[in-house]
Amino acid sequence: MNAGRAQARAAWLLLAPSLGLITVFFVLPVLGGLVLSLTDFDLYAIGDPRNARFTGLGNYSRILSDPLFWKALGNTFAFVVLGGPLSVATSLVAALLVSSKLTRFKGFFRSVYFLPVVTTLVAVSIVWRYLYHPQYGLLNWALGGIGIGPVDWLGDARWAIPAIVLMSVWKNFGYNMLIFIAGLQSIPDELYEAAQLDGAGAWARFRHITMPGLGPTFLFVGITTMLGQFQVFAEPYVMTQGGPLRATTTIVLLMYEEGFRWWRMGVAAAIAFVLFAIMLVGTAIQMRAQRGASR
Amino acid sequence: MRRALPSIALHAVLLAGALVTLAPLLWMVSASLMPSGDANSFPPRLLPRTVTFEHYLALFTRLDLARHFWNSAVITVGATVLSLLFNSMAGYAFAKLRFAGRDRVFQALLAALVIPAQVGMLPLFLLLKSMGLVNTLLGAMIPGLAPIFAIFLVRQYARSIPDDLLDAARVDGAGELRIFWTVVLPLLRPILGTLAVFTFLTMWNDFMWPLIILSDDRKYTLPVALANLVGEHVLDTELMMAGSVLTLLPVMIVFMVMQRSYVRGVMMGGVKG
Repeated sequence: MNAGRAQARAAWLLLAPSLGLITVFFVLPVLGGLVLSLTDFDLYAIGDPRNARFTGLGNYSRILSDPLFWKALGNTFAFVVLGGPLSVATSLVAALLVSSKLTRFKGFFRSVYFLPVVTTLVAVSIVWRYLYHPQYGLLNWALGGIGIGPVDWLGDARWAIPAIVLMSVWKNFGYNMLIFIAGLQSIPDELYEAAQLDGAGAWARFRHITMPGLGPTFLFVGITTMLGQFQVFAEPYVMTQGGPLRATTTIVLLMYEEGFRWWRMGVAAAIAFVLFAIMLVGTAIQMRAQRGASR
Repeated sequence: MRRALPSIALHAVLLAGALVTLAPLLWMVSASLMPSGDANSFPPRLLPRTVTFEHYLALFTRLDLARHFWNSAVITVGATVLSLLFNSMAGYAFAKLRFAGRDRVFQALLAALVIPAQVGMLPLFLLLKSMGLVNTLLGAMIPGLAPIFAIFLVRQYARSIPDDLLDAARVDGAGELRIFWTVVLPLLRPILGTLAVFTFLTMWNDFMWPLIILSDDRKYTLPVALANLVGEHVLDTELMMAGSVLTLLPVMIVFMVMQRSYVRGVMMGGVKG
């Protein structure tokens, strides 16, 4: 009894710093954000918070009637729909190649493919900005070699999102590759051997053993990748400043501009909560789809 | 002989993939060593005509990048050390100590994992402003101090510590805090290595929060300073590449040295998550 109480006291002592920090610097701000989104908090309110007034759902109706918000939402969905599947597919192919029984120097290839993951996003965004240079960039030079004319990757509204997606696939595929490799290792070899004895070809083995075996991995990778794409910020900030013609302005970039450039913090908080709601819905859809697929 | 062909094809694909993956980084290093203007030529130059370090010199003399390097280092190392301490304490308490409400508090933390950081950023800015922490390195450090994910990671690992070991220490009369410090902490060393790499990379690479909280350009971290620099020096390709190399160097070194720890963390998160 006494020992139990000593343990409980020690536990709360050990938890105090973390829980305290999380409460003060995360939970309270999130709740505060909800309140903030219901006010017209702006530059004047930063000087004196008494200048802020409750406006109910005014910010929400304001952003929902703002064409720029819908533009940013559309762009963000383009990142999710284009970048998510491309990134997951690249990771899966890389994992299958690296995990193949025939592959030598597995550790070397794994490390090389993983290297971009640890790089600083701002720095590699700058590097890619030059790789995408219409005149001097390596990419157009390489494409010119196979007869494809120069593309103004970041200056053309049609190409700017695909260009940023391509860079983010390059930067991120190594992470999910590692998770797929772990998933592949957890599939018992006997399954493949038995299937081979039954005369199943490589594609049939992939379709009926590998894919179902990776089910939980797909769910995790799918959701985390999607959530990441919903939060794209630094790439357009550094590479295109949201342009050309707002073609790469994402929801988070819009939130940043509203909140910290124009100091319309009430509006920005409302944008953040709309994004949060969309991310929750997206997660729920993926979980349901996965449950349907595994049934 | 029948097996040789697929094997060659496989390795050709793997090598091509490795080349494409490394190309942007290799070109970055190469361009950073070229004389001014050489990186903007057609056809593009892959290797420097002559090697020069003038851009690195300019970064440290004219542009004072050492200051930003220092800011980044202070924030990163400070957050890493504090995060290791706080999260090892919390992770162990959740994993091994019995107390009323343990499971409920932990469930609540897990649920909070779905909330994206941006949702709290605006009020957090206002809160830190009222505390006088805007435009300070401590303010930039704060979101990195107690990430929920880190508590989860340590708890996962700490569960494997045998209860008998802790009970034996208790029978010997050691207090709970002393047990944590002398028995538990050494056992947690592998996962703390993992957590250290994660925190280091996250903090060093972070952009949005330092961009928000640091308003005075003397306080900028390296990524923020770099993003700022590209605005003025967009035509100085070689200079910008040198700045990028400098920014990437520490994370590359940390990754090379601690690769094993990092990979374990990714796989733990992925498999258990």
